[in-house]
Amino acid sequence: MRLFVSEGAPGCLPVLAAAGRARGRAELLISTVGPEDCVVPFLTRPKVPVLQLDSGNYLFSTSAICRYFFLLSGWEQDDLTNQWLEWEATELQPALSAALYYLVVQGKKGEDVLGSVRRALTHIDHSLSRQNCPFLAGETESLADIVLWGALYPLLQDPAYLPEELSALHSWFQTLSTQEPCQRAAETVLKQQGVLALRPYLQKQPQPSPAEGRAVTNEPEEEELATLSEEEIAMAVTAWEKGLESLPPLRPQQNPVLPVTGERNVLITSALPYVNNVPHLGNIIGCVLSADVFARYSRLRQWNTLYLCGTDEYGTATETKAVEEGLTPQEICDKYHVIHADIYRWFNISFDTFGRTTTPQQTKITQDIFQRLLTRGFVLQDTVEQLRCEHCARFLADRFVEGVCPFCGYEEARGDQCDKCGKLINAVELKKPQCKVCRSCPVVQSTHHLFLDLPKLEKRLEEWLGRTLPGSDWTPNARFITRSWLRDGLKPRCITRDLKWGTPVPLEGFEDKVFYVWFDATIGYLSITANYTDQWERWWKNPEQVDLYQFMAKDNVPFHGIVFPCSALGAEDNYTLVSHLIATEYLNYEDGKFSKSRGVGVFGDMAQDTGIPADIWRFYLLYIRPEGQDSAFSWTDLLLKNNSELLNNLGNFINRAGMFVSKFFGGYVPEMVLTPDDQRLLAHVTLELQHYHQLLEKVRIRDALRSILTISRHGNQYIQVNEPWKRIKGSEADRQRAGTVTGLAVNIAALLSVMLQPYMPTVSATIQAQLQLPPPACSILLTNFLCTLPAGHQIGTVSPLFQKLENDQIESLRQRFGGGQAKTSPKPTVIETVTTAGPQQIQALMDEVTKQGNIVRELKAQKADKNQVAAEVAKLLDLKKQLAVAEGKPPEAPKGKKKK
Amino acid sequence: MAAAAELSLLEKSLGLSKGNKYSAQGERQIPVLQTNNGPSLTGLTTIAAHLVKQANKEYLLGSTAEEKAIVQQWLEYRVTQIDGHSSKNDIHTLLKDLNSYLEDKVYLTGYNFTLADILLYYGLHRFIRLTQPPQPPATTTLINEEPFTWRQNPPPARRLTS
Repeated sequence: MRLFVSEGAPGCLPVLAAAGRARGRAELLISTVGPEDCVVPFLTRPKVPVLQLDSGNYLFSTSAICRYFFLLSGWEQDDLTNQWLEWEATELQPALSAALYYLVVQGKKGEDVLGSVRRALTHIDHSLSRQNCPFLAGETESLADIVLWGALYPLLQDPAYLPEELSALHSWFQTLSTQEPCQRAAETVLKQQGVLALRPYLQKQPQPSPAEGRAVTNEPEEEELATLSEEEIAMAVTAWEKGLESLPPLRPQQNPVLPVTGERNVLITSALPYVNNVPHLGNIIGCVLSADVFARYSRLRQWNTLYLCGTDEYGTATETKAVEEGLTPQEICDKYHVIHADIYRWFNISFDTFGRTTTPQQTKITQDIFQRLLTRGFVLQDTVEQLRCEHCARFLADRFVEGVCPFCGYEEARGDQCDKCGKLINAVELKKPQCKVCRSCPVVQSTHHLFLDLPKLEKRLEEWLGRTLPGSDWTPNARFITRSWLRDGLKPRCITRDLKWGTPVPLEGFEDKVFYVWFDATIGYLSITANYTDQWERWWKNPEQVDLYQFMAKDNVPFHGIVFPCSALGAEDNYTLVSHLIATEYLNYEDGKFSKSRGVGVFGDMAQDTGIPADIWRFYLLYIRPEGQDSAFSWTDLLLKNNSELLNNLGNFINRAGMFVSKFFGGYVPEMVLTPDDQRLLAHVTLELQHYHQLLEKVRIRDALRSILTISRHGNQYIQVNEPWKRIKGSEADRQRAGTVTGLAVNIAALLSVMLQPYMPTVSATIQAQLQLPPPACSILLTNFLCTLPAGHQIGTVSPLFQKLENDQIESLRQRFGGGQAKTSPKPTVIETVTTAGPQQIQALMDEVTKQGNIVRELKAQKADKNQVAAEVAKLLDLKKQLAVAEGKPPEAPKGKKKK
Repeated sequence: MAAAAELSLLEKSLGLSKGNKYSAQGERQIPVLQTNNGPSLTGLTTIAAHLVKQANKEYLLGSTAEEKAIVQQWLEYRVTQIDGHSSKNDIHTLLKDLNSYLEDKVYLTGYNFTLADILLYYGLHRFIRLTQPPQPPATTTLINEEPFTWRQNPPPARRLTS
């Protein structure tokens, strides 16, 4: 669940103080929003704090949020607490908001402020002394105390507003204020500034009306409630009636895809994953999956679309990995390129081409851009002091050096940073430096390096950004990061490295050096396109006709928003520059980070072995896409979303709609005679569909997914209210009504199948096969809701789309992937796993692996229940891991295999 | 409708036989219930929740933590927002918000009928003319409902395989 707070919003006090009650029972993320941001979609006026529950529901009442936290901790509601909370809402709050407004916004003092709340304060004081209890609802502190304390604290923390004579109130207030959760909440909200901390929030609020004189009239509201105009309804009906006719012809699929003059040409890239690691779910959602949804959507709109990606293969890390695995860098790249390609294939990523950076084209294009920059005076040369290992005959990259930290004396500090004190280190400052490969002592030598003269290009960059950013769909974080780089002033960037595994530098005296990833990784998009088509320049040197969307996680923004545009602008060769830079925030795993070295989290290749289909992974990752803020992967939540949103909402609706056609109408879509109610539903669905388009055009992928779920909720409600299963047994009119409801519902299901296509391509295809949706309707999504399954259309065989996920299945997966233990080992434990076991233990484990392997094979041969197989496979993998550990081998990554 | 009358109606529909006597307090005429075996209870939603428990119909207060919190949220909404506003503009905004909230719901908590629906129905009653022919879209689910017949959800069309 997510708590939305705002600077200085008084309601945050009780909520934060109560939040501790829910700790360990639910995961709570906290987001700060502006005082005027509308967080709750159905409320016209802004409201904070707000708690968004995992179900999607919102709690926008401060008391209700606190109550919820208390309920989670097992507390039970009682009359006395209810009474206090009702009093707080109806009596205390109006008085208190007036007092705070006078004090903070209008600068009034003394009795002017106190006057409005005195009666309420006296009421609390009397109640406390009359009951002779330390707390409002008894002997222990409870919900009522927290809510009232939180409401009163901003005012009463100033002793001037806590009248001496109210002694019971006094001691109650002091007791609570010294409690740890309350203290912390107070510090967070008031920040040691006292009541003035509320000013930014209260200033934005309307002046509270005086508590008196809120007369109630019995006059009925005259105005008609109409969220839909007659025109909107009429237009929706017309579009619906036109049906399949209004679909344009399908664009012919060309190969290779090239820009077409006069069409919208969309070029989509996702950040090139680094080849030396298996990608985790965070990498997948940040880059390839997000870009894939957009690419699929773009094709549904019939835009001319090219989506490309590939592995980024050059660099130190590849060399290191090669040394580790005893392979050549090229062999490492070949091995991991296949692993990556397999994972993305399993996730159904619809690349037009998935290439790699270690190609002759990469060398050619990089060197060309470099030469042009050099000729135009945008490259600097400078001398750098660097450690060189005489024994290995090479300059040492930072991560190849270890030594004593110059700051804290830690013995195993790395060349770039000390693991103990965390300070950044310049490698030449390390005491007693050691080459990590041969352990001999390197010497300091000066060496030449090349620098990209960014300060000289800064002005061009700003001009370009000034033209590009307004009206574009750059995400706020991308804008922010780019702006903050510019604000701090650009500095020359070193673009060469002392390595062998890279693009050679075509300049005399630099024969031993290669280009640094800062410079050439982003050129990979160009070279990958060049390997796809020799007409690559029609995409990359065509800024007038090509719309370039680049997807990445936010750490990649400087490469794409600053460095590459500078290189391209300096090269003066009319390059296509990014029009829309789409950056995600980070995805966390359960409570911590994904960590390969600690084996925490789900990595691309393991997702396949969980028994959970790729589309479910896609759905959940997109549902929690870190769009605008960090988010976290949670197994429990995955189960919840699968069982509630997919199974009960979407799957249930689509299945019912299809089943009614099969069961009641022999598989033929019945005649539909639309009533005004049905027409209104048409218009509602059309509105939601248009909303979906608006969001996806702005690449708000996560939000657009909610439109799909909203439509299916509408659909479920429509079926529920109209009860076709009853009407089918009724009179002729009832039967006709059942037919209309069924026909409309199955058409909504058809629409959903197309809207779902970018998110869950396999499920989408399954629905379309079940409904026998005509081919053009499967591949084109218009902005109107059409009748694509007219009366008389025959559908296919309908079957359930989703499987329920069970608790024990999810629990075993959670344990397998080490969630929850993430915090316990702050240091990588690679070394610890090398403790080897005795030969007997190893033999015993080997026997168990063999045994378990047989069980799995047998089950698979018998075509046993999927969940059962998955559970046994999980056991097998676990045993294999134990065996690997016992043998002192690093646990082997399961091979990327294709699985149905 | 005065609060006392509303509470008496609620008692009746809950099947509570003996009618309680209510007094009213202050300028806003807040209802007070004098119970036999304890202190008095003050406030419309507090008393309503008490009556629900008395009638052994706790499910009307929600069954999960989430539902309980949502029910209480809307009860609070009833006494602070619906009872607290009188200008036409405010009421319009309020009805618009409720309408958009109810767009994809049958009841305030989703699919279960609760005390929140009853009290909101009473609270809104004075703003909505039931005779109005072109009924507004989503609020209709609320106002056209006979409030005290619990609508059964139809059985899911397909069994969940497990």
